[in-house]
Amino acid sequence: MDFTRRDTLGLALGAAALTVLPFRANAAVDDRIAEFTGGADMGEGGLTLTAPEIAENGNTVPIEVSAPGAVAILVLAAGNPTPGVAQFNFGPLAATQSASTRIRLAGTQDVIAIAKMADGSFVKASSTVKVTIGGCGG
Amino acid sequence: MISRRDFLQVSMAASALVGASGFGNWSRLAAQQALTQDQLLEFDTFGNLTLVHITDIHAQLMPIYFREPEVNLGIGAAKGQMPHITGADFRRFYGIEDGSPSAYALTYNDFSSLARAYGRVGGMDRVATVVNAIRADRPDALLLDGGDTWHGSYTCFHTEGQDVVNVMNALKPDAMTFHWEFTLGTDRVSELVESLPFAALGQNIFDAEWDEPAELFKPYKFFERGGVKVAVIGQAFPYMPIANPGWMFPEFSFGIREENMQAMVDEVRADGAEVVVVLSHNGFDVDKKMAGRVTGIDVILSGHTHDALPEPVVVEKTHVIASGSNGKFVSRVDLDVRDGQMMGLKHKLIPIFSDVIAPDPAVTALINAQREPHIDQLREVIGRTDENSLLYRRGNFNGSWDDLICDALLSEREADIAMSPGVRWGPSILPGQEITREDIWNVTSMSYGAAYRTEMTGEFLHVVLEDVGDNLFNPDPYYQQGGDMVRVGGLGYRIDVSKPQGSRISDMTLLKTGEKIDPAKSYVVAGWASVNEGTEGPQIWDVVENHIRKLGTVSVTPNTSVEVVGA
Repeated sequence: MDFTRRDTLGLALGAAALTVLPFRANAAVDDRIAEFTGGADMGEGGLTLTAPEIAENGNTVPIEVSAPGAVAILVLAAGNPTPGVAQFNFGPLAATQSASTRIRLAGTQDVIAIAKMADGSFVKASSTVKVTIGGCGG
Repeated sequence: MISRRDFLQVSMAASALVGASGFGNWSRLAAQQALTQDQLLEFDTFGNLTLVHITDIHAQLMPIYFREPEVNLGIGAAKGQMPHITGADFRRFYGIEDGSPSAYALTYNDFSSLARAYGRVGGMDRVATVVNAIRADRPDALLLDGGDTWHGSYTCFHTEGQDVVNVMNALKPDAMTFHWEFTLGTDRVSELVESLPFAALGQNIFDAEWDEPAELFKPYKFFERGGVKVAVIGQAFPYMPIANPGWMFPEFSFGIREENMQAMVDEVRADGAEVVVVLSHNGFDVDKKMAGRVTGIDVILSGHTHDALPEPVVVEKTHVIASGSNGKFVSRVDLDVRDGQMMGLKHKLIPIFSDVIAPDPAVTALINAQREPHIDQLREVIGRTDENSLLYRRGNFNGSWDDLICDALLSEREADIAMSPGVRWGPSILPGQEITREDIWNVTSMSYGAAYRTEMTGEFLHVVLEDVGDNLFNPDPYYQQGGDMVRVGGLGYRIDVSKPQGSRISDMTLLKTGEKIDPAKSYVVAGWASVNEGTEGPQIWDVVENHIRKLGTVSVTPNTSVEVVGA
């Protein structure tokens, strides 16, 4: 039997940085939300956040936000060391109030989007994106 | 609206013929006495459209034995729901008699003795006979292949899927979707897909760079059958680059893409589809969830999780149909479509009893032609099982095949702990049966089969078990990847399936010393099926073959090293 020493393991590399528990929202997230909304209540509906349920690659996760009638959309990655991802501002001549980008996620966490509507109200949407070691698919 | 008892009538008629005693003593002829091909195919043709579904063949061209799972836990809303009911509870749910052909086909109990009575299942030449019989009845029936077709055998590996493609083409499918096919690598899967004389579908197969639909795969195809405009939408396995090595097909991105599915359903409806069928490789629970959230799907032909259900599960207005694996079953689904909508559905899960259904001679010859160049390799006997040892794989935690594979890794690679992937493919071997090289490849063959040897800390082992556990036991089906728990050798643990990720796994124990796993200590771990590029080591089938050859006769004992709670 041929014993190769430098064998790597499937489940392992790239996963070493993963912690077991999902990354939780931290104070920086609350601060950033308060800064954007001025502490106003946030409703639901009218904002669509599209993100994969499980990231194929945590380093580049495609997301899309869309909120017809919004003047601005804030996107946060609640579990990243620096939660701020982007703020999209839409002028009065914008044809659509939607944007897509790719973000980097440090681990399983919630991606949060908040839209500021033309009337000054706010709506929120969030989606859990799982970052996994993978392997073993049936 | 749903036909309830077609399949079950077969089993009842059969039990009445043979009575209830002496299953273990039956000769192979018993299967033929108990059942006839006509009974298996009996179907009162219904409506104006017929769908024929086969899925997860895993390159099993020949008849095999295949034991269904004993443990298949449902979490959250799926708890106690089909397909998470097994054994006697499953038989009670569907009114199946103990010891009947249906009991043998659909549940695990008394498997070895029932297998001796009823014989092998599957074989694509038998499947061809069933498909031809349905077409004799309904010439324009649609044959739909749910994928995991070009993977899983010695000949499939050595021909890079060509053997299965050649045989399946003879059955003349109308459309197909995909999963393990991608582990052939982008170049080969593209080459084969371009050669197909039928549609290659996947609304969720995207170009990874541009996040746009991949050119090679169409989201759907329209068919005109029985005067009905049918749309078949493909749904490939969503988590291919995560569950399988993404580096082999970096050009492609997948995901569930529920919004796009809804958009495709709306698009085909707007284009005049009178009935919408999704040919899916999502897995059953994911399909159930999708059926409750996407509107306008009439039928989901479900694959990936290898469940075989004798009746559709209805979610809202969508019928979800599960057709088993390894060539063991074919589903026939007749639809009555009138005035632009589905008015009724009649379904039968047809078990392919190999000794009852006559093989189609042309397809037998074709299969033999694929095998002929490899026949000496295939047939070489490596060892045998003893009179009490059944080798099987299916089940959430252990299978005796995996125990044997883990033992091979521990011994051949001198490791403390072994890991084997929780895949759901791989036929069973009966007690006292010869184990050939083909049998070993049937449970190990893949394009990334290198058996690695490495060191892992106790902490990292815990992370691995928690991560894989969440792929199986996350209460939200959209976060499940299908497959079962990673199998371990040399390691015991306790799992509370009701807990969240991070707190399911406890009491990890190194079996050879009985001591608790130390998070800070390193252990030598051997395993296979790494999703990482550059993994080195001998191929797993060689490791297992060496081990079985040394053993001569394989004896397996019940595995009690995993304690399951919270189910």
